[in-house]
Amino acid sequence: MTVLARAVEASRRYGDVLALDRVSLDIRAGELVGLLGPNGAGKSTLINLFAGLRRPTSGTVELLGGSPADPVTRRAIGVTPQETGLPESLRVGEIVAFAAAHYPRPADRDELLARFGLDGLVRRQVGGLSGGQRRRLAVALAFAGDPRLVFLDEPTTGLDVEARRALWDGVRAFHEAGGTVLLTSHYLEEIEALAERVVVVGEGRVLADDTVRAIRETVGVRRVSLVADDLPELPGVSGVERSDGRIHLVTPDSDRLVTALVLSGVPFSGLEIRPATLEEAFLAITARRTEPSDETRGAGPSDETKERSHA
Amino acid sequence: MPSLVLAHTRYQLLEQLRVPIGLLAGSLFPAISMLAFVVPFAGRDPRAATAATGSMMLFGAMSSALIGLALSVAQDREQPWNTYVRTLPAGPFPRFAGRILSTLAVMLVSVVPVLLVAALLTEATITPGRLALGLAALVAGCVPFMLIGLFLGFLLTFKAALAVSQIVFFPVAILGGLLLPPQTLPGFVEAVSPYVPSRGAAELIWAATSGVTPGPVPLVMLAVWTAGAAAAAAWAYRRDEGRRFT
Repeated sequence: MTVLARAVEASRRYGDVLALDRVSLDIRAGELVGLLGPNGAGKSTLINLFAGLRRPTSGTVELLGGSPADPVTRRAIGVTPQETGLPESLRVGEIVAFAAAHYPRPADRDELLARFGLDGLVRRQVGGLSGGQRRRLAVALAFAGDPRLVFLDEPTTGLDVEARRALWDGVRAFHEAGGTVLLTSHYLEEIEALAERVVVVGEGRVLADDTVRAIRETVGVRRVSLVADDLPELPGVSGVERSDGRIHLVTPDSDRLVTALVLSGVPFSGLEIRPATLEEAFLAITARRTEPSDETRGAGPSDETKERSHA
Repeated sequence: MPSLVLAHTRYQLLEQLRVPIGLLAGSLFPAISMLAFVVPFAGRDPRAATAATGSMMLFGAMSSALIGLALSVAQDREQPWNTYVRTLPAGPFPRFAGRILSTLAVMLVSVVPVLLVAALLTEATITPGRLALGLAALVAGCVPFMLIGLFLGFLLTFKAALAVSQIVFFPVAILGGLLLPPQTLPGFVEAVSPYVPSRGAAELIWAATSGVTPGPVPLVMLAVWTAGAAAAAAWAYRRDEGRRFT
């Protein structure tokens, strides 16, 4: 399959901060890839490299075999602006026309607006749109040039459920027609609803790159929280934290942990079990990956060699 | 490519026309100055009225060029929209051309009230040919101010650009003899006047509209300022690009 976007050992440094650390990634035509990671993990930096906004400090980043810095290469991609930055005084139709003017074969304006539930708003000024409408307009702009590859950075943050589903439908329709999507999100749910492949990034590195199902099993950890004086050794604990007089245990198997806790006979109270937040899940993944990380990194180039020999 | 220049010009113009405060500031002050000073004091003298009309047009155009560009560039740099526009498939040229063309359009619109006051309420006279020549001189004379505007816009934050562009604008306009004719300026001002770019631009316009011979020093200085401002604007642009997009 054609590789639309490729990063090879790409690193990006901002002053003393290493935002991306030797990331290698291929986005193939027709894929819907979710890029998952906590804030500061390097998701936006990676998208900025692909969109030609920044250059890698070392390594290479390509779009369709060309440089993202070349405007002609960028005709194949679409990017979402932050909805807070849309020019307030322009009308919806004018903004779409402005973006579309940059592409040789732009999408039909009315069809595009209808796809994102914005029909009838062509003459409305951006300043008069609701938050949800702005967000949908911002996402629609990524599709204005009828691109082959679309980058969606946090497309539904702050949207209500209905608006979110409408937006997801628009993204799905694009993908079903053969379009390729790289999507970032805080929300596991969003990635689950849309993506087939998930790339987990943390501290500037690719921690996992797999199907949604496999990642969910890795990330599907729970947080068991209780009050106790002292705890015995419990099975499957991947993280312990104490705060406000409570002990918080992060574990992939809360059933086994609670069974062991009860059988141990240790007195405890106020037991609570809830799914771990994505943040906690990442901490769990990162903690697990710290030791074998050199191994993982070592595996990166060999995977790549394999792919190259295929191509 | 021309269609992209058109798209960017259209975009910039729409932004400016929908929030016409800049347009008003650029055209109202010179028109009011015309009514307050030129009409009562020089209105009956065709020569003086014509020269004063040229000065006032330059005053308005200068403010659109210098203050207008400094503010729009500085503001755009602070908007996340700017980052999005960078991802669109176009090099820097269409955007730059769009800025310049829309600024020129606003500049030319802002001189209309001054021209109307001059035509209706003073004895200022001009032939269509000289008027066209005068407008060409106005555009040429404003080039260094556009470049200074770009320089400030790429160098400063919006708030700083707002203050600095005004602080630069008024003294330069006064020293150039735009508000009072050079002959009436105090001695020390007249000594400095030939070296500021506004004086060279004014001399160019006076020469185009009434055929007086411009002084050589102001014209040479205008060229020097244009070259210097071009270098400064290019430097500020590259510095800004390097900081945010490498």
